[in-house]
Amino acid sequence: MTDAAWETLSNQAVAACGVVYFLALLAHLVEWSSLRNVPADTARTAAPRATAKAAATAKAPATATTGADAGRVAVATGGASGAAGADGPGDTPAAVDPDRTRRVELFGRLGLLLTVIAVGLHFVGLVGRGMAADPNRVPWGNMYEFTLSGTFIVALLYLVLNRRLGLAWMAPIVVGFVLALLMVAVLWLYDPVAPLTEALDSYWLVIHVVSAAIATGAFTLGGICSVVYLVKERRPGPATGPLARVPEPAVLDRISYRIHSFGFPVWTFAVLITGPIWAHQAWSSYWNWDPKEVWAFITWVVYAAYLHARSTAGWKGRNAAILALVGMATLWFNFIGINYFSSTSQHSYAGGAHQIGAPVHAGDGSPGRL
Amino acid sequence: MNPPTGPVLNDQRPEGHVDTQDRDAARRDGRRPGELTLREMLRWVWRQLTSMRTALVLLLLLALAAIPGSLIPQKGVDSLKTSQWQDAHPQLTPVYEKLGLFTVYSSPWFSAIYILLMVSLVGCIVPRTLVYWRGLRARPPAAPRNLARLPDHAAYRTDVPVDEVLAGARALLRKRRYRVEVAEDAVSAERGYLREAGNLLFHLSVLVVLVGFAIGGMFGYKGGVILVVGNGFSNNLTQYDDFVPGSLFKASDMEPFSFDVKDFSVDWLTSGPRAGMARAFDARLDYRTSPGAASQEYDLKVNHPLTVGNSEVFLIGHGYAPVITVRDGKGNVVYSGPTIFLPTDQSFASFGVVKAPDARPTQIGLEGEFYPTVAFSKQTGSYYSAFGNALDPLVSMLVYTGDLGMDTGTSQSVYSLDKSKTTMLTKKDGAPYRIDLRPGQKTKLPNGLGTVSFDGIKRWTKIQISQTPGKRIALAGVVLALIGLLGSLFIRPRRVWVRARREGGVTLVEVAALDRSGGGDVATVLDEIAAALPGAPQKDSGEEQS
Repeated sequence: MTDAAWETLSNQAVAACGVVYFLALLAHLVEWSSLRNVPADTARTAAPRATAKAAATAKAPATATTGADAGRVAVATGGASGAAGADGPGDTPAAVDPDRTRRVELFGRLGLLLTVIAVGLHFVGLVGRGMAADPNRVPWGNMYEFTLSGTFIVALLYLVLNRRLGLAWMAPIVVGFVLALLMVAVLWLYDPVAPLTEALDSYWLVIHVVSAAIATGAFTLGGICSVVYLVKERRPGPATGPLARVPEPAVLDRISYRIHSFGFPVWTFAVLITGPIWAHQAWSSYWNWDPKEVWAFITWVVYAAYLHARSTAGWKGRNAAILALVGMATLWFNFIGINYFSSTSQHSYAGGAHQIGAPVHAGDGSPGRL
Repeated sequence: MNPPTGPVLNDQRPEGHVDTQDRDAARRDGRRPGELTLREMLRWVWRQLTSMRTALVLLLLLALAAIPGSLIPQKGVDSLKTSQWQDAHPQLTPVYEKLGLFTVYSSPWFSAIYILLMVSLVGCIVPRTLVYWRGLRARPPAAPRNLARLPDHAAYRTDVPVDEVLAGARALLRKRRYRVEVAEDAVSAERGYLREAGNLLFHLSVLVVLVGFAIGGMFGYKGGVILVVGNGFSNNLTQYDDFVPGSLFKASDMEPFSFDVKDFSVDWLTSGPRAGMARAFDARLDYRTSPGAASQEYDLKVNHPLTVGNSEVFLIGHGYAPVITVRDGKGNVVYSGPTIFLPTDQSFASFGVVKAPDARPTQIGLEGEFYPTVAFSKQTGSYYSAFGNALDPLVSMLVYTGDLGMDTGTSQSVYSLDKSKTTMLTKKDGAPYRIDLRPGQKTKLPNGLGTVSFDGIKRWTKIQISQTPGKRIALAGVVLALIGLLGSLFIRPRRVWVRARREGGVTLVEVAALDRSGGGDVATVLDEIAAALPGAPQKDSGEEQS
């Protein structure tokens, strides 16, 4: 295949995965809207194991078996009061419309299946992007490619963690988010395939950027949990509606923490180990206080604060969740804000061109080299 | 989350407050309540400082304080950009200067934050290490009286005798690598002791990183030099164009290597979306590690620095140096040689000056641009560079005569002209007199001032040389910190208790688990353990649906 063919393939795959993500989003929306008027309690029997902790552990262990298939359905325990004890094994609701339950389940599975297909296509798009370049390279040489990779990782992490952490409730949010970012990438960030600038041409590009992207994906998922946590915490206990179907605040808080605590070491590795090593090779100094570095450091500090806050009286819960969101804001500002805003400021000092080792983060002309 | 028994091992620091005993003591001394002696005051301050809340606030302050440095150009990062910014903002500059906003990362307020943070960290880590040391050998705490009070618990009845259940529990928990303590009617088990070790390792490693960073900052140096291809460099202070030493740097630490830039090559992309971009920079160096040593060759490339001893040599820039010769009115050569022009855009339109203070009858200064591939824009009515490669080069300069200000004794930049006491040559119609030369061309200046010729083009490379002692310490520190971090995040300390007692002819077995990490979900663990105990009811798949 020629480079041009690969590029076309990549563009088509990205377009196709956008369509499939959209279909997945529709499926999840149908799933959720079917549940709109069903009180959350009625769905409890199908609740993902992880989200029904308080209810389940009160029972004998044998009854609290892990529902392997139950995690598929985007339903969870009800409001915060749900844990209070109104849910012994005997309170299975009498009237559950079987048609509706089947429809919910069907569309939930369909949404997940479509997401899997979309992620596959997304991957094809990424591979095509890398193969289209001459010489072949990893597909994260500019803002478009990085957005493509970042959204891919968000979607992939969601799929991987879905079962483990019971993230089914997150499906419409994640799919919608990925779809929106993909649209932004295609509409505004698109750049034709081009060779890497010299400073980017290093194997550290693979290690450093992959780890940064994985951490970004994890922090984004964790951030979504924290947003939902804050919303849910504010209005606990609606019996119906989407909010009734997300896990209780305590569970959300824990899921958020677990995702963040996966992202944080990866971010540490990306920002404080591989970043400085590469910076030392390319720019002669392992820490240059370049705006990108500064903001990566700020992000690191804020997430460190989040991890501490979670175990500090007076900071747990709400404030910790807010910190996680501040962290996510700094992360995105670093990616979007600094890339755009710093490319101009780099330019204004006549650096760009003659500095062959010019900070890759800042870009030179075409914004958004990461 | 803080369990009632055992040493405090999770992420809780003591809250900052005065002990009630202190308060009582104060009252007995006849002081007003709340009035503190100096010692109490110090203790209070220390407690405040080492409390987790303070650490949190300091962390957030550190993040906040780092922001201005990313928005305002920093002297240490880019002095040129900083001075340009200062020129553009004459009113803000003195205020910012006072606040240290051009040197944020070495400013007193930034330092204050991280020093306080480090003191807080040490104040927290040292006592915790002692607690940990004691706790390390502690036995798992006895089972709470009422296991059903714990959030995660389970119970079942079985015919298996008590002893057998407890023995089975002991074996099971041992196998699962718990530290197990058997009491009369219950088994206590605990695991995850290494979490706190990881936590402590992480925090101590942060200090190691800072030490490494500080060593680099104090004893290291970083300097740059622009070298025209063919020229050489030997590593001593006088040879640098710019030099940023650490505060404790000694010139004697500089290694006596030297090198010549033999050649420099670049690939220019002529097609594709990045046409015009340069790649594959390669400066061929001949270097000697010391004056007497044998000469070695090295291809200096981006991402491939040359390491000589503890120093490293980097290729960080390149540009053009037109060879210009100026003869004065008497025919004497008053200036000749490659003149470094600094690029101003992507296509290497470059700016430079020529100073001929010895020219007679009057000093001559030239200032202008070099275009590697010249093109003319009708819109702006001026030249621009269409391509970075020197395919059709041109220098276009204005001529200044008068006093170039070079005899005053103050140093001047070689890249700019002091035009305050000069006049610009103009044509009869008042338009600036501009000399445009292609390689090999020569032009005669009016009024018998002399001639200027453009003899050829050389290339220059910008070389950066740095010594960063302590970088390995810093790296080791971060790696250790990461290992510690992984331990503190993923080792899940938990306690499990199993109690069995005879009740109405059957054995009642109670199991409870307690997560001590604040992030774990022990329900699954509890289920697994409870299901594996002797006499546990077998899983019934149908029950799930009930």
